[in-house]
Amino acid sequence: MGQMHAEAGRREASVRSDCYVTIDRRDSGGLAIDIRGKSERFYRSSIVQAVEAMLEQYGIRAAAVRIDDFGALPFTLNARLECAIRRLGKEFDHPPAQFPTSLSNYTVARDRFRRSRLYLPGNEPKFIVNAGLHQPDGIILDLEDSVAPAEKDTARILVRNALQEVDFYGAEKMVRINQLPLGLADLDEIIPCHVHTILIPKCESGQQVAEVADRIRHIRAKTEQPEPVYLMPILESARGILRADEIGAASPLNVALTIGLEDFTADIGAERTQEGRESFQARSMVVLAARAHGLQPIDTVYSDVQNEDGLRQSTLESKQLGFEGRGCIHPRQIRVIHEAFAPSPPEIERAGRIVDALREAEARGSGVVALGSKMIDPPVVKRAQKILKLAKQLGLR
Amino acid sequence: MMIKNVLGRVLPEEINGLKTIPYQGVGKYIPRGRKAAPPIASCANYPSDGNKVVSSLREALEKCGLRDGMTLSAHHHFRNGDKLMNMLFDTAAEMGVRDLMFYPSATFPCHEHLIRHLDAGVIHHIEGSLNGPLGAYCSAGKMRGLGVLRSHGGRYTALQDGEVHVNIAVIAAPTADPFGNATGSRGPSACGLLGFALGDSQYADKVIVVTDNLEPFPCAPFQIHGNLVDWVVVVDEIGDPSKIVSGTTELTKSPDRLYIAELTARFIEAAGIMRDGFSMQAGAGGTNLAFAIFLRDLMREAGVKARFIRGGSTKYLVEMLEEGLTDFILDGQTFDTVAVESIRNHPNRHVTTSPFTSYNYHSKGNFASIVDVAVLGATEVDIQFNANVATHSDGILQHGLGGWPNCLAAKCTILALPSFRDRIPVLVDEVTTVCGPGELIDVIVTERGIAINPRRQDLLDATKDAHLPVRPIQEIQAEVERICGGKPEPPQYGENFVAAIKWVDGTVMDALRELR
Repeated sequence: MGQMHAEAGRREASVRSDCYVTIDRRDSGGLAIDIRGKSERFYRSSIVQAVEAMLEQYGIRAAAVRIDDFGALPFTLNARLECAIRRLGKEFDHPPAQFPTSLSNYTVARDRFRRSRLYLPGNEPKFIVNAGLHQPDGIILDLEDSVAPAEKDTARILVRNALQEVDFYGAEKMVRINQLPLGLADLDEIIPCHVHTILIPKCESGQQVAEVADRIRHIRAKTEQPEPVYLMPILESARGILRADEIGAASPLNVALTIGLEDFTADIGAERTQEGRESFQARSMVVLAARAHGLQPIDTVYSDVQNEDGLRQSTLESKQLGFEGRGCIHPRQIRVIHEAFAPSPPEIERAGRIVDALREAEARGSGVVALGSKMIDPPVVKRAQKILKLAKQLGLR
Repeated sequence: MMIKNVLGRVLPEEINGLKTIPYQGVGKYIPRGRKAAPPIASCANYPSDGNKVVSSLREALEKCGLRDGMTLSAHHHFRNGDKLMNMLFDTAAEMGVRDLMFYPSATFPCHEHLIRHLDAGVIHHIEGSLNGPLGAYCSAGKMRGLGVLRSHGGRYTALQDGEVHVNIAVIAAPTADPFGNATGSRGPSACGLLGFALGDSQYADKVIVVTDNLEPFPCAPFQIHGNLVDWVVVVDEIGDPSKIVSGTTELTKSPDRLYIAELTARFIEAAGIMRDGFSMQAGAGGTNLAFAIFLRDLMREAGVKARFIRGGSTKYLVEMLEEGLTDFILDGQTFDTVAVESIRNHPNRHVTTSPFTSYNYHSKGNFASIVDVAVLGATEVDIQFNANVATHSDGILQHGLGGWPNCLAAKCTILALPSFRDRIPVLVDEVTTVCGPGELIDVIVTERGIAINPRRQDLLDATKDAHLPVRPIQEIQAEVERICGGKPEPPQYGENFVAAIKWVDGTVMDALRELR
């Protein structure tokens, strides 16, 4: 029969763009809806409607519901409502039968640029709604480290609603699930809702990647979604780094390998430094493993948000090591990262000459591309084409 | 009886006993007649040794003949650190005086104390910016008269054309001499300038200077002429320095606001406004400060210098002055300690301004309309580009008008603001309270794009190839409504009017009713 009382949401003094839902089921007497706070004056009837519709979905006809509102947008209000209801007990703990229509179901290409990916705490709605405006290549809705253990369920629902309802303006929609096995339950909720890429944290074996891929296949078999969901394992331990090759090879859904240095340095007992000697080999191994399997090597985040010069320097080093992108923890880092990963004028010039040489070779019907007296190998040609594509996209050419 | 103005806003026929002159359009109202003047004074009535110091504020008020029904004025140079206004009405209450009209240049949350004097009948009503608790009091219909909100310029204008007759002006001065010469730039409560008190010193019947830092004659240089002052009062503490100017001015850390600030700077560059010898107005809000920094970087890159920057001056403007990126700062107010210091260090490159020089409708031109671009904020904007700064969408008086309506006279006015706050849209069909007409608001910069007023085809043309997210305002509004889940419900008003919003020329732009 479940519990009679449940709560969900946030209501600390600093909370904005969120709400707190309290629900008390009753045996009879219909619904009593008590709305207080910021939006009440402007959206009272809309909030009442949302409460009634959600209770209806779960067949609850008699209850007292209280909403303490701090400016929650509809996707947040619905997430908190749903979570409160699901916390009433097992019989309620399932997604509602009907989701709002998706407003954000674009697809992304497997080989798209992944220069920047912006981490967003999965239980903080106020950062989510405008994240896409800052034009990162990807946004990561995080269910792992940024979410307290007691809030995993509500974050999962909020992230699912955000994937469904928030416009990220073309950014690749990524979710960092929890470590397995909890992460597998995240997939059940997330996969049906227009996620592009799943980040697997603290990945230490190809087996883990395969488990995630299997679960996704299983879920998608029921939902008939045509577009693929990609994987990006995060290597954050000595063990993970040593198995980078195995992890990279583990699934055709893999598109990139990335490294998490905060956990990695802790794992090997070293302090993380600006120059990064302690992680040089590990980063190189990620680059090698990624390249060996045709994946994008992606670097870790730079955690000093205030230090723009440090970020630029560190990102230029990443590029030099062979990385194609890195994580961001603040939108102001995005542009610096894009600038650092942008090809330099000599790179663009040389790439242009290589591609011209390719055209000439094709015109001659020859398979051999040469620049002056120097033979150009196919991977170099491919890289040149990629540089030109990036340069064109950035308006540098 | 009610009337409507050209914006279609419904107004009471009379406001505090005066017939309402409805707003007619920008520059349409041309009053005639002669300006008001204070009574003739005679040196014979004042001490020839120049010592006008009396023992207490009460004695000064008694000597000025304070009685029931008079109008008193005071100023907001000390912002939320002001101690004078509360002291003034405590004294009036002690003297048993009633039904005073208070004409402050603005009030702050520290003036919540005045509510007891409104309740007790010492103050009849307040005509001035009603912030925070006083605004809520007025909106609840608890004040006996109507709150009348005027811009800084409009306040001077009303003194000059006699719409408001101040019987006694009480000027809080960080430093003064016994003759009444006074300045804001020195002393423990230094606040920079005293420009808001200028009109009162010129037009009030009686003028009292109150200071906590009396120095021997002459107080030099001075900002308020002792020749206009009746009496000088010395008190222990006139303000709380920590709340008068902030030690540092905080830049916004919000990525969305930084993005708005950056877009604003890029727009100004793309529109060709940022060129050698240009001028701009920058406020002190977090977004505006950040805007000035983004523009500074663009100016450096392009090697462009401004002729002058008008502003509440801040550390960031001072840096631009010292770097040679602007020849002058035109100071209306002073927002941080670095700026207060810079006024002392660069006396020839800070131009002291006042509502008279910058904003006065009864002047032969004013500084504000010479400015090339003004970047301002607002609480709401509608699709006609009308904007609100006095209330939020809930209709409760919250903020004063300040110099905002006056600054709209700039050649290009940009409002930099978020398109919604939490769940509440900032872009709306019709603003809750009109404080500035769309006719004067050229550009809205939001995090979801830039809307250019269709009246400004020149700006649309100038920026069409600039890779800026320029979009029709209706399109941004539609996106905001999609995010917020529809249009907000309008506030529910009662019958009675509680406040009026004056346009800079003294006509009435809007009126507010009590909230149900």
